[in-house]
Amino acid sequence: MTLSPALEAKFQKLLTNYPEGRQRSAMIPMLLFAQDEIGSVTPELIQEVAKRIGTQPLQVEEVMTYYSMLHAKPWGKYHVQICTNVSCMLTGGEQLWEHACEKLGIGHRQATPDGLISLEEVECIGACSWAPAIQVNYDFHHKVTPEKLDQLLDSLRTHAV
Amino acid sequence: MPYNEPHPAEVRIISKRFGLPNSASIDTYLANEGYQALDKALGMTPDAIIDELKVSNLRGRGGAGFPTGLKWSFVPRTSPKPKYVMVNADESEPGTCKDRLLMEFDPHQLLEGMMIGAYVIGAQRGYIYIRGEYRYLIEIMDRAIEEAYARGYLGDKLHGTDFTFHVRTHTGAGAYECGEESALLESFEGKRGIPRIRPPFPAVAGAYASPTLLNNVETFSSVPAVLRMGGPAYAELGVPRNGGTRMLCLSGHVNTPGVYEVPLGFPMMRVVNELGGGMRAGKKLKAVVPGGSSCPLLKAEECDIPMDYDSLAKAKSMLGSGGMIVMDEDTDMVRVALRIMRFYQHESCGWCIPCREGTTWLKKLLTRFVDGMGQPNDIVMIGDLAKNMLGRTFCPLGDAAAMPTIAIIEKFRDEFEAYLADGPKPRREELVYA
Ligand SMILES: Cc1cc2nc3c(=O)[nH]c(=O)nc-3n(C[C@H](O)[C@H](O)[C@H](O)COP(=O)(O)O)c2cc1C
Ligand code: FES
Repeated sequence: MTLSPALEAKFQKLLTNYPEGRQRSAMIPMLLFAQDEIGSVTPELIQEVAKRIGTQPLQVEEVMTYYSMLHAKPWGKYHVQICTNVSCMLTGGEQLWEHACEKLGIGHRQATPDGLISLEEVECIGACSWAPAIQVNYDFHHKVTPEKLDQLLDSLRTHAV
Repeated sequence: MPYNEPHPAEVRIISKRFGLPNSASIDTYLANEGYQALDKALGMTPDAIIDELKVSNLRGRGGAGFPTGLKWSFVPRTSPKPKYVMVNADESEPGTCKDRLLMEFDPHQLLEGMMIGAYVIGAQRGYIYIRGEYRYLIEIMDRAIEEAYARGYLGDKLHGTDFTFHVRTHTGAGAYECGEESALLESFEGKRGIPRIRPPFPAVAGAYASPTLLNNVETFSSVPAVLRMGGPAYAELGVPRNGGTRMLCLSGHVNTPGVYEVPLGFPMMRVVNELGGGMRAGKKLKAVVPGGSSCPLLKAEECDIPMDYDSLAKAKSMLGSGGMIVMDEDTDMVRVALRIMRFYQHESCGWCIPCREGTTWLKKLLTRFVDGMGQPNDIVMIGDLAKNMLGRTFCPLGDAAAMPTIAIIEKFRDEFEAYLADGPKPRREELVYA
């Protein structure tokens, strides 16, 4: 599998981050950084990572399935993650979640038919004091109201055009 | 600028640089007492530094509140194995959002704490295990690490001595259990985040089965202040056996939620009424979770209490990770219990049966309750199930799930009975911030 120059450089750097003989430590960072570029953890990526760190592909697969951020199926271009854990629940997180499902016509870990937006109900994302909070890909949005969420979803659509 | 206004009642020791222009840069750090503690440390023996930490009464800010000086003394410094410094930046206990700010606004403070740790135990490598969702913090920490190399604070043979220290960031990929120290080390080694049996503790056999100094972000970030001020002065900020200040993450039904730094022993009701600006919409207080969702909650009448490890332990709760969640009189405690259990059930790693099955059955029972199909016997069964998990799981995630459940079912039994008598209630529409 050929990686983009940026990802290749990242992989090289990750391998040097750990002591000699401990390159397996680079597995999870490699998978996550590569997924960000490729869109999902593909069988080819699993092979590639296994080769680089000197493990069996099965060992990579076994690890990958443990982590909720790693996924074999691509998500939407914009992955909207809405927290409904306690602090967010107390400030309207569940309302936000229902609002988003209704507006987009999709549910947990589903994507719009055009593949643009996917939704996930997530556990605490570390923004409890500025709840309710959501993340779009890696970007945080704090104190989100249903109106702000509407604006945000609309802007994702215009962005994409 | 940090995400909320500072409050005059705060005592800002580790957050004092928040809000300075370019607070994350090494120049700002150096201009504001940065790396002075390291200078001091390099002139001291490791034992003298450990003594200073012991005197300071600094206790772990990650959850368990273990005395930091004592933990540092457990690392076998004479072991021939390489030694590691590991920062727990997995921050995922619900209610907790402080380590994020410490890394975003003062990354060099964390690095300085790590350097002092490395000097004490003789480690040449250090890692910061950052939860995967905090991608922007990896960029910030990497930049700070680069600056530290460029200015001669990281690298080989530093400060004209033999002291050599290298730091790298490492990312998780979404798993609460990886905040548990032994699961974190497994994950760091490129494995599933399954806890290890202890002893041996990480201090003796941590990363790659080598001695490892593992602390929370806030703990390491507090070490420079301890050395700069001296242990006794730092201890003096807090109350006996609970030294210094800590970051409180205030959330829930208050007017001005936010992250605030207060001395240990600060009164809980002052947090609600002053820092939090009182209850929203003039409602009455019902309950407070003192330190993250795994801590047993306190009823309003129990909240007249100082926020320190010992006082909260006496009240059968915990200061935990500092995630303080405030609930008003209209909060549906049955739903809160279910939401907490849904989290722990989702995050149980499945390795040991009491946790995996216990959280699953508790979630089922609580769901049935909320759906209005609870059975009279369920109240007792929920309590029994939770109590049977206590102390019987491989790692403390089982306790973390059981403790708040037991507290809710004991303290708010009437609300469970009301569900039995009246059937399901509509979900409350929460006030939404404008
Ligand atoms: C299930 C579970 C999750 C934990 N999550 C975290 C976490 O996200 N961050 C953290 O610093 N400590 C967490 N801890 C506590 C760590 O195991 C460990 O005690 C702590 O990092 C030690 O650092 P300290 O002594 O500086 O507090 C968790 C513990 C358990 C049982
Ligand atoms: S509870 Fe939603 S961010 Fe913490």
